[in-house]
Amino acid sequence: MTLFAPPVGSRSVNKINPVSKLIVSAVISLAVLLSLDWVSATVALALECVLIVWVRLSPRQLVLSTSPVWIAAILSGFTILLYGRPSGQVYFHFFVAQVTDGSIELAIATVLRGLAIGLPAVVLFVTIDPTDFADGLAQVMKLPARFVLGALAGFRLVFLLLEDWRSLERARRARGVADTGRLRRFAGQALALLVISIRRGTKLATAMEARGFGGKGPRTWARPSRMRIGDAVVIAYGVLIAASAVTVAVLSGHWSFIGG
Amino acid sequence: MSNKSAPAAASIDARGWGWRHVGRLSWAVSELDLSVNPGERVLLLGASGSGKSTLLQAVAGVLGGDDDGESRGQILVAGQSPEAARGRVGLLLQDPDCQVTLARVGDDVAFGCENLGVPRDEIWRRVTDSLHAVGLDLPLDYPTSALSGGQKQRLALAGVLAMRPGIILLDEPTANLDPDGVLEVRDAVERVVALTGATLVVVEHRVAVWKNLVDRVVVLEAGAGVRADGEPDTVLKQNGAALAASGVWVPGLLSARSTRAPLASPRSILHTEDLGIARVSSTVLQAGINLDVQSGRALAVCGPNGAGKSTLALTIAGLLPHAQGRVVADGLAAGLVDEPIKWKSRELLTRIGTVFQDPEHQFLAGTVRAELSVGPKVLRLAQNEIDERVDEVASRLRISHLMAANPFTLSGGEKRRLSVATVLVTRPPLLVLDEPTFGQDSRTWEELVAFLAELLDEGSAVVAATHDREFVDALADEEYVMTAPRASEPRAVEA
Repeated sequence: MTLFAPPVGSRSVNKINPVSKLIVSAVISLAVLLSLDWVSATVALALECVLIVWVRLSPRQLVLSTSPVWIAAILSGFTILLYGRPSGQVYFHFFVAQVTDGSIELAIATVLRGLAIGLPAVVLFVTIDPTDFADGLAQVMKLPARFVLGALAGFRLVFLLLEDWRSLERARRARGVADTGRLRRFAGQALALLVISIRRGTKLATAMEARGFGGKGPRTWARPSRMRIGDAVVIAYGVLIAASAVTVAVLSGHWSFIGG
Repeated sequence: MSNKSAPAAASIDARGWGWRHVGRLSWAVSELDLSVNPGERVLLLGASGSGKSTLLQAVAGVLGGDDDGESRGQILVAGQSPEAARGRVGLLLQDPDCQVTLARVGDDVAFGCENLGVPRDEIWRRVTDSLHAVGLDLPLDYPTSALSGGQKQRLALAGVLAMRPGIILLDEPTANLDPDGVLEVRDAVERVVALTGATLVVVEHRVAVWKNLVDRVVVLEAGAGVRADGEPDTVLKQNGAALAASGVWVPGLLSARSTRAPLASPRSILHTEDLGIARVSSTVLQAGINLDVQSGRALAVCGPNGAGKSTLALTIAGLLPHAQGRVVADGLAAGLVDEPIKWKSRELLTRIGTVFQDPEHQFLAGTVRAELSVGPKVLRLAQNEIDERVDEVASRLRISHLMAANPFTLSGGEKRRLSVATVLVTRPPLLVLDEPTFGQDSRTWEELVAFLAELLDEGSAVVAATHDREFVDALADEEYVMTAPRASEPRAVEA
């Protein structure tokens, strides 16, 4: 788990406000989601290569972090290949599954769209430090501090819970009940974990309150979260990706609006 | 930190004050009259359930409103209501893990200042000063998850200090720490109090640690307010025996080492051959461990946090796979292969019993009776046999009156006794204990030691991972000392 490890990626990426990264991936997703064609996704992917190079993850980090995206994109492409709306020549037929000209095109578009949305999102998000993200959400997006900081602090407890879970498992083996009834044991263990996590959460809340959290007075921020020139550039590039993808697809006649 | 910027120490005044948690019949505190002058240093003692923590939370203004309970009388901090005085009072709690709010050391110290609306430049000045004052000279972006228990408590203390409080409240700040951690925190508190002159109220069972730092001892009694109040030596002299009986660790009053009648001919029941232990299979914590566990003898596994004491104990107990070598339980196997990790869960029951550091982790049932019956039921004993064993073990560990209670609602000492009882009811010849005395009051401690001594005399073998020196002195026949695998790497308190 890299949640509290030093942030990965190039120095310039880490200077960008997490909120900007959120905006960029939202804008790209929206544009790519609007159409079912392969052209818009390809254009977006091509322009996203700049982003991916700029983030500068090591090959290992890149493979590890994006592997779920590749797997999901290819699996959904495969499903569409077999079951997508058939048209044109039929190449293969087995029960309801058939591979046709139409399903091949749709499958390619699906894979590309999955990658075009998933890759920039993952690559940008692994460079986000949770604390900076919370600062951005509270100071730039003006979300309530109580909510954002509470979530951030609670998030940290997840790691303690992982260790608790292992301990609960060992304890069940020691108590002689680990041989049978896996499902029931899981439910019981989950309940025990819930009790433990509520206790922890209550203590954490008391500790935070004792430090003046949730008080009435105005709050200051030790770490300023600002939008700088670099953020404007990154967001502008995100908009450019989205706009180019749509424009090229429309002009080349491949645009196929999901609603249509 | 300059003394100029330190705020004036504040007073505490409770008049006829009481508090009842919502849904409870009895009052946690009632009819309390107590005045603490600015700059006084008070050690607050009392049996568990006498309302010490409740009082601290009330002074800190975090007890909650009408939804959380009902109050009587009044309590004032520097002449104001505690809620109005928030930020003037700093509170340090027992559990190191539940006080870290943020991922980086500097940010965590800054958190309280931010909430009080301190200007940014001033915040970072205070952060640096406070970290220095508690002796935590680490980079501001150092990850809080990499701190030891003692370091986490000092971090929380720095966070309290940065708020420039007039009152510092400590609620068992060292109960969860190893001996080094206890000293670290105590020394840091001493420096901070000397620096700020703030009023100090400490709740702790271990009197020896704090006695020289305080100038007044107050003893609370459940439902009766203040029972004793005055200069430390006098109060301890007059109330020492009663305090010790209620679980307070009064110096010089711990009963001497238990009397043991060792077995004439102990026999080896388990040994390890060049054992290598690991929490996660890829990282070997310690290697080349050769131990011999004998019936009727207690083996203490000692060493600093992070050395792998618990890991070794759990590996011997057949609960964690080993990384290298072998665990050979030839004296316990009785027809099975001789490696405990290969036994079935139910086969462990009659061979090795494990008592976990946190008793709550091993509770499975809704009542104490059902909890005690879990093991015997797995063994398919007849119902009358089950009842017989359960009643016997319960009376031996003084939990017979709690049979219908939910295990999670018991006190700390009762939970510990129940966790030991659940293991004994299936009569395993080897008992593995992971930090059995962790956070226990002196009464539970004495009972536990006496009881384990009895078991040893009856021929059981005991392996205990512990950093409790007194426990080792009182009970251990042999000691296996582990050293930290890499001293340069600070580690969190092991689970």
